[in-house]
Amino acid sequence: MSGTVQQNNKISGGMDMIQTDHVLDAKGLACPMPIVKTKKTMKDLEPGVVLEVQATDKGSKADIKAWAEKVGHYYLGTVEEDDVLKHYLRKASDDETVPETKHDHVISNEELNELLSNDAYTLLDVREPAEYAFGHIPNAVSIPLGEIEEKMTELSKDKKVLVICRTGSRSDLAAQKLSSNGFEAINVVPGMSEWNGETTSNL
Amino acid sequence: MSLNKMHASEVAAKIINKNDLFILDVRNEDAYADWKIDGESVTSMNVPYFDLIDGVEDILEKLPKDKEILVVCAKEGSSIFVGEELVEAGVQNVSYLPGGMKAWSEYLEPVKVSDLPGGALYQFVRIGKGCLSYMVESNGEAAVIDANRMIENYTSFAENKGLTIKATFDTHLHADHISGGKDLADQMGGTYYLPEEDAGEVTFDYTPLKEGDVFSIGDVKLEPVYSPGHTIGSTSFIIQDQFLLTGDILFVQSIGRPDLAGKAEDWVTDLRTTLYDRYKEMAGELTVLPAHFSKVEELGENGLVSAQLNELYRVNDGLNVEKEEDFRKMVTENLPPQPNAYQEIRETNMGKISPDEETQREMEVGPNRCAVN
Repeated sequence: MSGTVQQNNKISGGMDMIQTDHVLDAKGLACPMPIVKTKKTMKDLEPGVVLEVQATDKGSKADIKAWAEKVGHYYLGTVEEDDVLKHYLRKASDDETVPETKHDHVISNEELNELLSNDAYTLLDVREPAEYAFGHIPNAVSIPLGEIEEKMTELSKDKKVLVICRTGSRSDLAAQKLSSNGFEAINVVPGMSEWNGETTSNL
Repeated sequence: MSLNKMHASEVAAKIINKNDLFILDVRNEDAYADWKIDGESVTSMNVPYFDLIDGVEDILEKLPKDKEILVVCAKEGSSIFVGEELVEAGVQNVSYLPGGMKAWSEYLEPVKVSDLPGGALYQFVRIGKGCLSYMVESNGEAAVIDANRMIENYTSFAENKGLTIKATFDTHLHADHISGGKDLADQMGGTYYLPEEDAGEVTFDYTPLKEGDVFSIGDVKLEPVYSPGHTIGSTSFIIQDQFLLTGDILFVQSIGRPDLAGKAEDWVTDLRTTLYDRYKEMAGELTVLPAHFSKVEELGENGLVSAQLNELYRVNDGLNVEKEEDFRKMVTENLPPQPNAYQEIRETNMGKISPDEETQREMEVGPNRCAVN
């Protein structure tokens, strides 16, 4: 199994499930192999997907983080389970650095902060489950962008939907979809990457 | 042409003998910034291995053509990986450090300080970490002071010389490295001594180390001297009226810091009294042998770290702060960061936790930071 990539894995991460798109098994491998394999795997993945790297080399945590930051991937975090380190990385996507928003109803992080306790709004976090798991605004509902079509029925149309992601790009797409389905959707820009308020973690 | 090995002992010899060495350190940038191999004759360059996975072409220009190149990483895997890439690219004279920085952190260089009646005094220089421990041997008996956890260094040294380790001493409860004193004593059937004032939370058996006791190791006399300030129990040793083992109270270029257990304010007066009264009353001809060095420049001939006491009263800034208030400020403000994992290290030295060897290694990685500079 070593070095293989499984698809659509759901594993237990502490109290909650962390759903990831791909899992790389680098257990038992010594430095530099966990990073060599991560790099190779990332190359073949679609932008924006989350990779879970399982490793037993303790040094892999600092190195994966440093490597990801250097090449522009987004390091979500690491959880340790039974001596296995699970690192979560989201592959860089080009549209993230300069988000071109098309949905015209937009508010800032500061404006969002004022609305958090307002019952007329639902806060919807459309990032990947692993991103949500490592830190989200309390009471934010999680529906990843990829599942928005099938799961938007879970949201109440009586409330306005504040849509947030990391940089405002995925939330823009989600807000557009919600709008065309009769929701009053508002995109939060820039989103979690610049959020200084309270967050909570499922881990 | 192939990739060579350069063991920690060979690296130490190059540093002590001031032979040129070029180091390509392929750990991540944070690890390098925190701690690296230093030496007056050492030049080093940091390029993380993950920048070199696809090849070393980008750095070939920056490598010296006429020097031996040592590739270093945390353990050794990445240095072998990069080293082989360099060899393949046609670079001459490339080695890697087996065991990496972990091996470097654990390497002890035994240096003879002096002959003693019936034997000698040795300083064990832990060159990668800056810890100094000592062995007194005379007529087949030996004592070890401030032993590191890698006790096989002392047992094999004693075995080669046919010595029985009768006693091990810790000058204080260490916070920067894991003590081997207790294990060494247990293994060799000797007695482990620790200052009682530092041992309040110690969970295992030890024998209190007190001023007034006199220990005889063969024909050599060891006298403990209570000298608090780094910790409340810190105890120095005078050996054969010639050598003063100062523990973490006084170093060659600096003095101890009193804050490791969050007691800077309480212990600063003790530290002042020890350095400005107790030590001052002692014979100036004593050779000071500390438990640490902070810069490789402190390594003298053969790697020995030592200085004469009256010389230190002349040149060591920490001994020349006239006003008590200024002294207090110096030792309580602007202190360097605490050693890595110092809480866990203290708890290990008290017997409260027993991490496995790999964890102990991890805890000790990094420089020691016990001094006020």
